[in-house]
Amino acid sequence: MSPLNIKKGSTKHSAYNLRPTFSDVQETHTLAVLVDNEPGVLARVIGLFSGRGYNIDSLTVAEVDHTGHTSRITIVTTGTPQVIEQIKAQLGRIVPVHEVHDLTVEGGSVERELALIKVEGSGDKRVEALRLADIFRAQVVDSTLESFVFQITGTPEKVDAFVDLMRPLGLVEVARTGVAALSRGV
Amino acid sequence: MTRQMTGAKMVVQALKDQGVDTVFGYPGGAVLPIYDEIFQQNGIRHYLVRHEQGAVHAAEGYARATGKPGVVLVTSGPGATNAVTGLTDALMDSIPIVVLTGQVPTFMIGSDAFQEADTVGITRPCTKHNWLVKDTDKLAGVVHEAFHVATSGRPGPVLVDIPKDVQFASGTYTEKAKVKVSHYQPQVKGDMETITQLVEAIETAERPIFYTGGGVINSGPAASQLLRELVDATGIPITSTLMGLGCYPASGKNWLGMLGMHGLYEANLAMHGCDLMINVGARFDDRITGRLDAFSPKSRKAHIDIDPSSINKVIRVDMPIIGDVGHVLEDVLKVWKARGRKVNKEAIQKWWQQIEQWRAVDCLKYKPSGKTIRPQHALDRLEQLTKGRDRYITTEVGQHQMWAAQYLGFEDPNRWMTSGGLGTMGYGTPASIGVQVAHPDALVINVAGEASWLMNMQEMGTAVQYRLPVKQFILNNERLGMVRQWQELLHGERYSHSWSEALPDFVKLAEAFGCKGILCQDPADLDDAIMEMLEYDGPVIFDCLVEKHENCFPMIPSGEPHNKMLLGEASTKDAIGSKGAVMV
Repeated sequence: MSPLNIKKGSTKHSAYNLRPTFSDVQETHTLAVLVDNEPGVLARVIGLFSGRGYNIDSLTVAEVDHTGHTSRITIVTTGTPQVIEQIKAQLGRIVPVHEVHDLTVEGGSVERELALIKVEGSGDKRVEALRLADIFRAQVVDSTLESFVFQITGTPEKVDAFVDLMRPLGLVEVARTGVAALSRGV
Repeated sequence: MTRQMTGAKMVVQALKDQGVDTVFGYPGGAVLPIYDEIFQQNGIRHYLVRHEQGAVHAAEGYARATGKPGVVLVTSGPGATNAVTGLTDALMDSIPIVVLTGQVPTFMIGSDAFQEADTVGITRPCTKHNWLVKDTDKLAGVVHEAFHVATSGRPGPVLVDIPKDVQFASGTYTEKAKVKVSHYQPQVKGDMETITQLVEAIETAERPIFYTGGGVINSGPAASQLLRELVDATGIPITSTLMGLGCYPASGKNWLGMLGMHGLYEANLAMHGCDLMINVGARFDDRITGRLDAFSPKSRKAHIDIDPSSINKVIRVDMPIIGDVGHVLEDVLKVWKARGRKVNKEAIQKWWQQIEQWRAVDCLKYKPSGKTIRPQHALDRLEQLTKGRDRYITTEVGQHQMWAAQYLGFEDPNRWMTSGGLGTMGYGTPASIGVQVAHPDALVINVAGEASWLMNMQEMGTAVQYRLPVKQFILNNERLGMVRQWQELLHGERYSHSWSEALPDFVKLAEAFGCKGILCQDPADLDDAIMEMLEYDGPVIFDCLVEKHENCFPMIPSGEPHNKMLLGEASTKDAIGSKGAVMV
């Protein structure tokens, strides 16, 4: 095709835009999504995220109204402002989704997470673990002579901090619920 | 009074209550009870296709040509998985269809039963919504809701999966009027403040343009009428996407032709150089925008769309208006008239002068050959010989599709059925069947390439069985033309697997199907051959042997902006380097 001056074998052109043109500032948002509690609704929400390449940092779901059969899904997600807007619009398009709230922009929210943390150790380390648990207001929910299971509630950052402190003291495993969140005020 | 009936009967009753008189389908073990009910009634006509993919495309063609939802009935397992391509196609192009699938009995779900597939799981990402009905009492209500979801807001495909025991069991029928209105009620009225902003922009714009899409067609014929009124009254030029062809007549004075990758030079340069872009029911698809950071850099943009997720998805707009095209255009017209029907006449006149300069490039120009039929020439002749008839065109996907969009003129909406978003080869033949079913006396032509056409050619059996006189106009270049073109332009002329060495004799194939075959390879015979096709009262396979290495121009190489178009024969160095091109 020499008259058109396209170099033979050129890979410059493609069937698609090969470079994204959006801003790359990443933001983390907490979304509350109210849905009909019907089979497959969680798969729809998760499928949306995986199908369109969005991130899920944390996701919790449970029925919150047993008579109306509605569930609340709390999703923490990270993306550019444009992607966050798309996520909200795409969630709103799912038929069993009633409401989508971006708690991060809607006047702030309280966020809490619960974690169970198993720590193994003896002697000074065991004492230190117990003392730190007291400072963090973590409760002991299981105890053997060589181990504790702590229950801690708080923001994800607080849980992270506590887990980091337990690591050198004999951390065995961690189970976290993910974030539950509500907007502040009414 | 409550009515008791079996699930199978409920399905048929619910379809009737929804006003359905046509179903495309294919029976199988898990839908036999419903087929038994269909056998015992007359209100619904069932068309037996030859492959479930064909059923869905036929329903799409039917829906696109009528504005009503298309209905499909197929069995479980392979019946459902064969429908997936059609569902995805309908989702991408926002076509309302309702697919009913059989499923193995509820107590066998999950046991890897014969012809079991996780149909709702498989089709979840390719439907607007889907349901697995496990309780006969809920079946009728779900079918009614399925129609509501498929047709409201941005239309799309839905699927209802019905286990065989649910079809056999008796339950209470839910009347259409008694279905609890789903909370799914998309917004149709646009925000008046933004509409007023748009009108203000129309009043002062110096280089405005309407960029319209499939949303206008989906909104119904009234929306096309309102668009025509607004465009003609304001004198603003209008272009359309592939999906929107026909919403403004091709013979209309403000028509620029299709835009996009293979759109017209004047349409694309006008998009690039405009100062006000009014997007009506289009979605800034990547085949339209080209390189995003160079897309129409100097314009303010308004976007009318019923789907909030379309707004700011690809291109950031200044005036987003969420609502139904028809409702919004009505308000725009009302406000514009109330404010005194103002436009910047002088500037728009200058804008048109500029556009006329671009138009003078005559980007669709080609020289007919005396030896071989050039595909542009074949479509030109088809256009001339069918113009003014009650005509519907479907296409397959590839070069012929783009040439059809360029060389055929559409005067009305719902006359052009093509697979835009998904680009499904094999769409055109079954779609033409669906269109012909909807309009038995109309002229229905499927403009095809031989490679695409072979993908669903089995549907000729359907056409013959139901005496549907669809004309299959095959531009046969013995190549996968568009693939070959890209390989020529972008992959060093290495034609990797883009031709077929073993094509069937299409005339004999036609005879084998029991329809008429016509072969044409001499440009001198073309008109007579086309007339023979048009005059034959039955399905025709028209094998038009065309120039094998023809390229489709104009073309925006992807990754390039609109003003970097490649022209074909109209390409003189003057045209691309002209002042007009530099100006934008």
